[in-house]
Amino acid sequence: MTSTYHAGAQGFVSPGHSRGLIDVVRYRYLLRLLVRKGIQTRYHGSVLGWTWSYVKPAAQFFVYFFALGVFLGLNKGVPNFPVYLFSGMVVINLFGEAFTNATRSIVDNGPLVQKIYLPRELFPLAAVFVAFVHFLPQVAVLFIGALVTGWVPSLVAVLAFVLGVIIVTVLSTGLGLLFGAVNTSFRDAQNLVELFLLFATWASPVLYHWQSVSSALPRWAQTVYLLNPLTPAVELMHIAFWSPTLHGQQQPGGPPNLLLFSLIALLTSIVLLIVGQLTFRRLEGRFAQDL
Amino acid sequence: MTSPATPGDPGGTRLPSIVVSDVTKTFKLRHTHSFKEAFLGFIRHKTLSTTFSALSHVSVEIQEGESVALLGYNGSGKSTLLKLISGVLLPDKGRILTRGRVAGLIEVGAGFHPDLTGRDNVYLNAAILGMSRKEIDARFDDIVEFSEIGEFIDTEVKHYSSGMFLRLAFSVAIHTELDVLLVDEILAVGDAPFRAKCEVRIRELIQQGKTMVVVSHDLPMVSSLCERGVVLRNGQVTFDGRIDEAVAALSEHD
Repeated sequence: MTSTYHAGAQGFVSPGHSRGLIDVVRYRYLLRLLVRKGIQTRYHGSVLGWTWSYVKPAAQFFVYFFALGVFLGLNKGVPNFPVYLFSGMVVINLFGEAFTNATRSIVDNGPLVQKIYLPRELFPLAAVFVAFVHFLPQVAVLFIGALVTGWVPSLVAVLAFVLGVIIVTVLSTGLGLLFGAVNTSFRDAQNLVELFLLFATWASPVLYHWQSVSSALPRWAQTVYLLNPLTPAVELMHIAFWSPTLHGQQQPGGPPNLLLFSLIALLTSIVLLIVGQLTFRRLEGRFAQDL
Repeated sequence: MTSPATPGDPGGTRLPSIVVSDVTKTFKLRHTHSFKEAFLGFIRHKTLSTTFSALSHVSVEIQEGESVALLGYNGSGKSTLLKLISGVLLPDKGRILTRGRVAGLIEVGAGFHPDLTGRDNVYLNAAILGMSRKEIDARFDDIVEFSEIGEFIDTEVKHYSSGMFLRLAFSVAIHTELDVLLVDEILAVGDAPFRAKCEVRIRELIQQGKTMVVVSHDLPMVSSLCERGVVLRNGQVTFDGRIDEAVAALSEHD
């Protein structure tokens, strides 16, 4: 009797089975609304509102600038250190924001996940988009800073920026899907993410120069350091915003084979995105009952 | 009232809207929510979960345009079955197939955000229920009118009274473009006049040939809305047939 019907034939579908990220395209209007909701409600009830998006990175910037730049003297070793510092910081902030929000997104949208079926990838993805919108004003400030200190446009700078942002976005989406899925069963995941982010800031050349790494680490360890996808992403941001302000000044050399390592970082991110999506789909069936 | 189609009738040219075949669903109630507890439990051979069988070998076929009530006492598995049909839960064994757009009136207002205005919430929730922007634009006025929210539509939802909130949430759900409507105990919403209005609207949908699956403890209402009743008891179908007989079968168990 019932075996005469099949999913896919005669208009039948199996409820609760989506094609993951591909299905999100069909729901792009909802995705847009979810992103808008995330943006509208983020600073709801606060007087400063979106100004916080400037205040927080600014405070962070001054702490690092004085501690590392002035007290530890990096200001002298690295020309135009403020722009150097801030260009790495904005991209790490994007990563942190996107990764944290995506990890919490499924639990945060618990009531919806438990009651209405949607491709659940929508929630982490919307979280990443919100983080991206949050990132834009910081880039604007960075850009102004770079312009003031003599930034000149170049194709290389633009391409480096785009590639760096793509690496970080893909990476945080993949990790966000992975940890967001695990977080529904084990809330340890979101604490683990915080720990990760602490490492992320220090395990890439944001607060110091590559020279300090290459002079301290043996060759093989330098390679490991460069295999961290965030390292090339941060270096790409330096190429985009910091290098064009130097005008051939004597500058400490960056890491070797940056293009190669950037492509490896992109590949790593794509692999992690696939792993994240597969894990997400495996665990998705349990979301509604585990929350 | 049309005579109820016999379940699993393959003879007709009409295709069923919902096919539930031999579905089993077991819940694992886990007692741990951290790696540490899970790990410690594992080395101490402590049981970390208890299993609970919500549905076992349930088969139901619902024809297009039928309105069916799922009856049973608390814990009989009727809400689980509804969640399986909506896709929120997945069956452990067996298969579920649906045809057309399925919309669940399962606890309306799940997607409402208190900090957004009524208007924003209407758009957000209609989109959650699967509507496109054009469809929402076209129905927006109807939704607001039905909800009787009026000028408060541009006020943040957190300032609404609970009645207003439910009316708006229900109004969005009931105006969704759909082929199959799943209803879980929502007619307990609002005051008597609004309930009456909702019933009228649901009857309209039935008349338009929409398929309807209702879970409710309100037997008189269910008897007047539905033509067929499926009685569940401890996760198994104990009766499937005409609604008056189903209601009788339900009380027989007492």
